[in-house]
Amino acid sequence: MANVVLAGKELELDEDGFIQSPELWDEEVAKALAKQEEGIEDLTPDHWKVVKYLRNYYLEFRIAPMIRKLCKETGFPLQKIYELFPSGPAKGACKVAGLPKPTGCV
Amino acid sequence: MGDEKKIPKTPKLDELDKGPWPSFVREIKRAAEKSPMSRGLLGVLERSYNEKVGHWKHGGIVGVRGYGGGVIGRYSDLPEEFPDIAHFHTIRVNQPAGWFYTSAALRTICDLWERHGSGLTNLHGSTGDIILLGTRTEELEPIFSELTQMGFDLGGSGSDIRTPSCCVGPARCEWACYDTLGLTYDLTMHYQDEIHRPAFPYKFKFKAAGCPNDCVASIARADLSIIGTWKGPIQVDAAAVTAYTKDGTDIQADVCDRCPSKCMAWDGKALTIANEWCVRCMHCINVLPTALRPGPERGATILVGAKAPIIQGAMLSSVLVPFMKMEPPYTALKELVGKMLELWAEEGKSRERIGEFIQRVGLGNFLEAIGLEPLPEMVAHPRENPYVFYEEYLEEEPTEAKA
Repeated sequence: MANVVLAGKELELDEDGFIQSPELWDEEVAKALAKQEEGIEDLTPDHWKVVKYLRNYYLEFRIAPMIRKLCKETGFPLQKIYELFPSGPAKGACKVAGLPKPTGCV
Repeated sequence: MGDEKKIPKTPKLDELDKGPWPSFVREIKRAAEKSPMSRGLLGVLERSYNEKVGHWKHGGIVGVRGYGGGVIGRYSDLPEEFPDIAHFHTIRVNQPAGWFYTSAALRTICDLWERHGSGLTNLHGSTGDIILLGTRTEELEPIFSELTQMGFDLGGSGSDIRTPSCCVGPARCEWACYDTLGLTYDLTMHYQDEIHRPAFPYKFKFKAAGCPNDCVASIARADLSIIGTWKGPIQVDAAAVTAYTKDGTDIQADVCDRCPSKCMAWDGKALTIANEWCVRCMHCINVLPTALRPGPERGATILVGAKAPIIQGAMLSSVLVPFMKMEPPYTALKELVGKMLELWAEEGKSRERIGEFIQRVGLGNFLEAIGLEPLPEMVAHPRENPYVFYEEYLEEEPTEAKA
């Protein structure tokens, strides 16, 4: 856990860099998270397509969508998602979209 | 600072270090001589035994770039008190089929793990992978890079195809009805994308067993169990059977009476087998290995749906294809698996294994969707359900009424 200032807001991040208060997210926070936590300098329109889809899905259903649904709705194959977010849809894209950490499983 | 190097006092754990049997506490103590992480682990474990509370947080998402699986994140909820194990991630490394290594390869892995992790390993985990226990997030990319340079790769974790695994098969065992190692290697290479980038509702495991002895317990653990079997009569060497009686084997008591389908008879001179009643239990072959052999036409039975109890109860696999030839490039198997994965990925709920999915939608609907005809061998529990549903009869009824 650490408190950091991202895009002028004081935010709490967990060990994996996920924001602890998803309601504080905005597009400036997304850019800062992408840069600081994922090493993505500029978010392209393709990045935003993924981020916005995840964000809207989360706001509607309060969970992250299944990966297959993400690919289908954005029209991006999974490989493309990994190109955009090299640490993957759960760790990378959900983090930038300000979703709470998906509960992984072994 | 000198105290930090001391191995912590662990009276409770020491109880598990007594006696002649192997002990994980002994192994952690050995590793603790070199590794601060292992010392921390002893400390936190002793504390958990005192408090009866686990001190690992739930979850954690870590990984290496380009992969969604292979690393399982683990964080301590006492990072200030046990800073050396604030992170304690697990890495799964894809094992070679049948677990054959050179000693040089094993040494290289152990050396790597002493440099980058706790030094503690688990060979092998129930998934079949080499398990490397305990490292920090910033070590992950260097570990991955070294492993791949050595020719190793990460295994599966999360909702992906897990590292396929198999019994030693024809490498060491005369009963193997197909090349389990060849199939496992082939499946591993064929499904690289699905192993490294989770995209399914939940995990999916392949396990390949060479014969019905099922030494990898595929029928109890694998979503897709591929178990060697044969067609035609068990091959009997009558002279060798007689030799067993001279060595004191009681053929009637030890073989015939223990046959679950009672398909064998012994008149004191000759062993006769009613092969049409054989249920491939392997008992007679195991008792008389030099006299009996599986039939000459060999392949595998494909079963689906086993799982250990995590979300719902345990399930065993049940038959999907009674007999399939197992020869490279395994096209029929891959086509079948492709249809199953497509259907389950599309229709399965989150965290629903394929066995649970089949239970939910019904085997009839599942078979129709993947284009398989129902067969009597698919009945897992005979006479369980007295209500028989004659679909064709119901469809035909209106026509009859018209006539």
